[in-house]
Amino acid sequence: MKIVVCAKQVAMLGDEVEFTDDGRSVDPDYLDFALNEWDTFATEEALQIRERLGGEGEVVVVTAGDDNAEEAMRRCLAMGADRGLRISIDEIADRDPISIARALAQVIEKEQPDLVFCGVQSADSVQATTGVALAELLGLPRVAVVRKLDYDHDAKKACVSRELEGGLIDVVEVDTPAVLTIQTGINEPRYATLRAIKQAEQKEIDVVEAGDLGEPAASMRRMFVPAKGEGAEMLNGSPEAVAQRIAEIVKERLA
Amino acid sequence: MAGVLVVAEHLRGQVRPVTLELVTAAKDVGGPVTVLVIAKDPSALTGQVDVAGVDEIVTVAVEAEEFENDVYQAALEAVIAERQPDAVLLGFTVNSMDFAPAVATKLGLGYASDVFAVSPEGGSLVAQRSYYGAKVNAELEFPGKDCVMLLLRPTSWAPAEGSGSANVTELAAPAVESHARHVDFEEVPQGDVDITTAEFLLSIGRGVGEKDAIGQFEELADRMGATLSVSRPIVDAGWMTNARQVGQSGKTVKPKVYLALGISGAVQHLAGMKTAGTIIAVNTDPEAAIFNVAHYGAVADLFEVADELEK
Ligand SMILES: Cc1cc2nc3c(=O)[nH]c(=O)nc-3n(C[C@H](O)[C@H](O)[C@H](O)COP(=O)(O)OP(=O)(O)OC[C@H]3O[C@@H](n4cnc5c(N)ncnc54)[C@H](O)[C@@H]3O)c2cc1C
Ligand SMILES: Nc1ncnc2c1ncn2[C@@H]1O[C@H](COP(=O)(O)O)[C@@H](O)[C@H]1O
Repeated sequence: MKIVVCAKQVAMLGDEVEFTDDGRSVDPDYLDFALNEWDTFATEEALQIRERLGGEGEVVVVTAGDDNAEEAMRRCLAMGADRGLRISIDEIADRDPISIARALAQVIEKEQPDLVFCGVQSADSVQATTGVALAELLGLPRVAVVRKLDYDHDAKKACVSRELEGGLIDVVEVDTPAVLTIQTGINEPRYATLRAIKQAEQKEIDVVEAGDLGEPAASMRRMFVPAKGEGAEMLNGSPEAVAQRIAEIVKERLA
Repeated sequence: MAGVLVVAEHLRGQVRPVTLELVTAAKDVGGPVTVLVIAKDPSALTGQVDVAGVDEIVTVAVEAEEFENDVYQAALEAVIAERQPDAVLLGFTVNSMDFAPAVATKLGLGYASDVFAVSPEGGSLVAQRSYYGAKVNAELEFPGKDCVMLLLRPTSWAPAEGSGSANVTELAAPAVESHARHVDFEEVPQGDVDITTAEFLLSIGRGVGEKDAIGQFEELADRMGATLSVSRPIVDAGWMTNARQVGQSGKTVKPKVYLALGISGAVQHLAGMKTAGTIIAVNTDPEAAIFNVAHYGAVADLFEVADELEK
């Protein structure tokens, strides 16, 4: 039994930003990096399935990115994934999600997994696209936005709950191997112990060069800081002054 | 055809509001507007999408009772092949996420999701979407693409109104094997409170940090005469039931006052509260997206403000 988890290193902006000279991306000096929140849930789900099946099988983490992106993968390895695969691509932020899916498909195809997990979306670019594009490229069934998963390895089927708008659950039976995009709240991601983090340093990460990513589905023209519309009226001063103004506004509006 | 193909979204016999927003957006793209209805019984739905601005309605009658991704994918691909639209518009919704990227990948379309503005420029399209927690916006182009698929952010366009008189064309459904089959719907449990009727919501997000902090805000809500609501991470962590969750996968609320403490303002959260009467936000990050929709904002530590509000 083999589960592939796609994990992305996402970028976060603080309260300042500068763009690169071509105006098409954010200067990396202004970014902090972390493992995408959705991918921690995907990793946990893979680990739990393996535990339920008696610990047999392998959980492989795949990322497309530069060597800095290995940090995110190490987090998954520290949680308990067995090995990592990095597809070497610089500036993933410049790529459209379908191109990223092509890069992922090239290596995942060779792994012949029973299940492939992606997150529903990446926090920095909110595409919600990569997983289902990947399924198409792999020729596999898929289900997006999975909040509950019941996998029957022997029957090659899974019963999943998709979470629709308003929280309505769409119960779906899917044939496996399949690609599932995992929603937050499906489980409680474990914390990696210090020891596990140390051990993860020793786990193997293979690096492969990306093949042909095909024609991009979109190209970035420019990035910019959105013009502040009306904007909020800012309440300044001490916490006491702020609280007092808030209390006044509430009282006035409820009257 | 050239022109715009709008894919209608519906659930249990009702066309979803985003569909009529797509019709309005189609006018920003330009050209004749065709609405595609894929359903077991499309005739029950065509009336709901026959609004002013729609030139034609195309239906595909499929066997599946409810949405199934393989069925929708095959139907949409067949209609795109037959009609050759310049643009295909869908809502950025959970069902679209389940099949639209596969269609774009297979047909090699231009593609962008969570788009909130679109304009034609010299014969091609420019779409806007955001990055990094909505702190940065971007314009995307689709060079060399004859057809562009866009998943549009709900509530970014006004719904199209007025009755229409579009012709209905029926197209045959392609044969397809469904690998992800709908079994059932499970309703959202009722829960212990109804946050949708509250006049004053005190809403807390991940900024509260830990479970032990929740009690303090329950008390504060009581003291202020507010109902406590939360963002999704609080529910995911099991600290509150989803009856109190505001947002796309929770409740849509419109209280007189929405006081948000430690909520960043992710698009799926804003979807549930941006029409509140007065929005007040407290966040340590001066660039948090919540300030873009708030009427009043304070860059401050929520605990310090909460301590003062308790007095
Ligand atoms: C399909 C789908 C559906 C979704 N549905 C929903 C939904 O219904 N509702 C929902 O809320 N989300 C939903 N989400 C999740 C959404 O994308 C965000 O992840 C979520 O809204 C973030 O919640 P948050 O703002 O509480 O947390 P974060 O984004 O982590 O923000 C926490 C904020 O707290 C601030 N902060 C930290 N410490 C302090 C302090 N001491 N004082 C003041 N401020 C502080 C930080 O600056 C930050 O802005 C959905 C996602 C998907 C993919
Ligand atoms: N560069 C990447 N490397 C590995 N997985 C990725 C990458 N980009 C996206 N993904 C996967 O696709 C999911 C959805 O991302 P997106 O489509 O970008 O919103 C993520 O949660 C990951 O599982």
